[in-house]
Amino acid sequence: MQFKYQHIILLLAVVLGTASCKKDNYEAPSSTLKGRIMYNGEEIGLEYNQVPIELYQPGFGKVGAITAPLAQDGTYSSLLFDGDYKMIIPASQGPFQWRETTPGVRDTLAVKMSGNQTLDLQATPYFLIRAATYRVNSGAITATFRADQIITGTSAKTIERINLYINKTQFVSGADNISNAEIAGTAILNPAAITLTATVPTISPAQNYVFVRVGLKISGVEDMIFSPLQKITTN
Amino acid sequence: MNKIYILSLVAVLLMTGACKKDSDFLDVPPKQVIPEETAFSDPALVLSVLGDLYNRQRDFSTLDGQPEELPYIVGDQPGWRSFADFSEAFPSENGSNFLVQRTGWDFLEWGIWNYAYIRDLNLFIQRATAATKLQEADKTRFIAEARFLRANFYFEMVKRMGGVPLITEPLTYDYSGVVTNLQTPRAKESEVYDFVISEAEAIKTKLPTDASQKSRATKAAALAMESRAALYAGSIAKYGATTPQVSTPGNEVGIPSAMATAYYTKSLTAAEEIINGSAGAYQLYKVLPDLSDNFAAIFLDKSSVNQESIWIEDFKVNSGKVHGFTVNNQPFSSSDEGLDAGRLNPSLNIVEAFEKLDNTYAPIATKDANGDPMYYTNQLDAFAGRDARLAGTVLLPNATFKGKNVDIWAGYQLADGSILTSDDAGRLKPLPGTNVNIQVVGKDGTVNGQEFRSQSGFYIRKYLDPQVGSGRRGRQSDVAFIRYRYSEVLLNAAEAAFELGRTSVADGYINQVRARAGLTTPLSGVTFDRIVHERRVELVFEGHTLFDMKRWRLAHRVWDGGSMSVNELVSNIGSSTKRNTQPYALWSYKYYNPASPNNGKWIFKEVLPSAVTGANRFQFGNYYSLITNDILSANPKIVKQPNQ
Repeated sequence: MQFKYQHIILLLAVVLGTASCKKDNYEAPSSTLKGRIMYNGEEIGLEYNQVPIELYQPGFGKVGAITAPLAQDGTYSSLLFDGDYKMIIPASQGPFQWRETTPGVRDTLAVKMSGNQTLDLQATPYFLIRAATYRVNSGAITATFRADQIITGTSAKTIERINLYINKTQFVSGADNISNAEIAGTAILNPAAITLTATVPTISPAQNYVFVRVGLKISGVEDMIFSPLQKITTN
Repeated sequence: MNKIYILSLVAVLLMTGACKKDSDFLDVPPKQVIPEETAFSDPALVLSVLGDLYNRQRDFSTLDGQPEELPYIVGDQPGWRSFADFSEAFPSENGSNFLVQRTGWDFLEWGIWNYAYIRDLNLFIQRATAATKLQEADKTRFIAEARFLRANFYFEMVKRMGGVPLITEPLTYDYSGVVTNLQTPRAKESEVYDFVISEAEAIKTKLPTDASQKSRATKAAALAMESRAALYAGSIAKYGATTPQVSTPGNEVGIPSAMATAYYTKSLTAAEEIINGSAGAYQLYKVLPDLSDNFAAIFLDKSSVNQESIWIEDFKVNSGKVHGFTVNNQPFSSSDEGLDAGRLNPSLNIVEAFEKLDNTYAPIATKDANGDPMYYTNQLDAFAGRDARLAGTVLLPNATFKGKNVDIWAGYQLADGSILTSDDAGRLKPLPGTNVNIQVVGKDGTVNGQEFRSQSGFYIRKYLDPQVGSGRRGRQSDVAFIRYRYSEVLLNAAEAAFELGRTSVADGYINQVRARAGLTTPLSGVTFDRIVHERRVELVFEGHTLFDMKRWRLAHRVWDGGSMSVNELVSNIGSSTKRNTQPYALWSYKYYNPASPNNGKWIFKEVLPSAVTGANRFQFGNYYSLITNDILSANPKIVKQPNQ
């Protein structure tokens, strides 16, 4: 039999192909941990990527958190190996109160992963924007809503400002908006009926819808709390 | 016979030649490594070791840039870019647009954790202390200099990271497999500041008292460091109370407010020691008759005439230690290197912050009371009657550099309200009613997106080297970076005195700085806002902005992530909490209307450059830079930063 160049290549390919058929790596993590942070079943709206959930798996050398940032609607998800984890939301993150073991130290949640798991979290926000309705009127959007104080008593906080944000994509926050209107906390006369109006600028390329949310900044708390996202058709 | 004789002779020679002791042959002293005892026997050699340690100091803003230092600095940073952030300037280089497009800073930003350098400083101190062949005077000075560098570097770390482990001896690993004895927890933030202050007190008498010694540590440098460090600690103690979130329970971050007064007192004492002359003959630079030229010359004059600069990072042309700041930022129209020019463009935000000569704040007037445009015969007229530091810091439209006027204008404003412009000065167009092609936009800008030319309407003047050839890449520039200068010492003293309730003392110091800038009407009864303002305009582009805003806990209020409107821009100038999230531009147009008396005059418009899509947002987690997981894993005693 005569060896042809092609034969050698083919043989090499087969040999190399089979020889490399060996497990040389770990399996990728495959268990999904997901859930949502809520207050009595109500959405706690956040700015995306701003409030992290940290998962720690002790016992594996280096110390470091697996972070799963909360999305705009308070959902999170993370792909993990099976095992025991500790979950925290770091101190002073988020526009809400988290159960505290001692003042200033937030409680840790033990999470045992074996297979997929859904874990909803409960937190108490300082305020909630409720009953937000939006009206389009000649290039402007008017939002009417309530700002309900949820935490009262000694740990109550005040409103620094409330903003109506408009964006052309579904990411709507102080960082991502094309237009916004603001009312200072001191200027709010009746928290049960607040109205804000913002104009919709010309969008290029043109689109006939925008996304809107109302955000509330609590004094002394960095993260704002938002109303549920709403898509509004402008014409 | 003859052959045998020669052969045997060779054999004998070979054998005797090989008869050398093994140790003589093998123990060759290496030529590229100087042993400790040799290095520390000769003051010139010690100085060269020390020179390396000087070179490794770290500044926030540097003229020659930062090398990559993972994980904190990713990629080489060109020098000019370290001046360009915080909305005080616009970066006219498309590759740097991220500075104005991002909506905040990474928690990693500004971090340093260079314990290799600390170790080398500790080793130097240990070895110099043990050296026997040095003269006592030399030895004392060298050790004091190394201690100064160490204290200054700890100061740099504490500004960025809060309390860090205080290591003052070189650590040695004993190969036992146990490293817990090498793991040091973070000191309290106040302890690091105390260390800096006590080191300065300990070494100040050991350093020379010589105002002409600028690139090596002097008594005044130690005192200036002490004054600044104590001021920082005092203000963190005082204003940190407004942000209780930015602190850790163990005070690794955060200083109790009860300590504020003691720190302010120390700051004032140290500053006054320089001011009363006991550290050498320092004074404000008042040499040139034109106050703006005089202000610019502070940064250019390295001779002993300059009694203002206290400690500088020096450069020297043809020595290898040069920087390309002038190459990167020279006016495009007179550039020595074609497209290498014009990157750092001060914003209108900082330009309008320079007050008028009657001590009032006012925006650059673009409209009159009726809302009609203001017409100026010369572009420079719009900036007349202001703080002389404006023209000393910023190269204004039509100002002169290297004998040439910069050509900054955005186009023709036509009578019908439309604008005639083009995307390049070389692209000529005819004016309406004519058929002669003429230049319709300035050679130095302003066109949105046209990099290396001004896009904000201004160029930088501070540090810009007027020497012939300074704009060439082959030569570059040797303008020094001033780390401590007398004017800052005066402002430190003013602030400390103000915080201690001694307002008249504070007035005295701040008015000296202002008088030098042409603001001859003295202030009486300075306020916090006045101090914030004065430091901003006097020390802008000197690496103070971030740290000043941090220690006053103003950073999260000034850079709050909201976008700015023109109305917001031009109002509340001089307020310490004025929003400053986006760098605005001031574009000038030539008015063309042959029928009007204003024909050929200039009008100005406030413009947000199109590249500015982000708005700076400073989060609580930005107050102290991230300590990475690598560091936390290597030393479990280190506590994390708050809010991260």
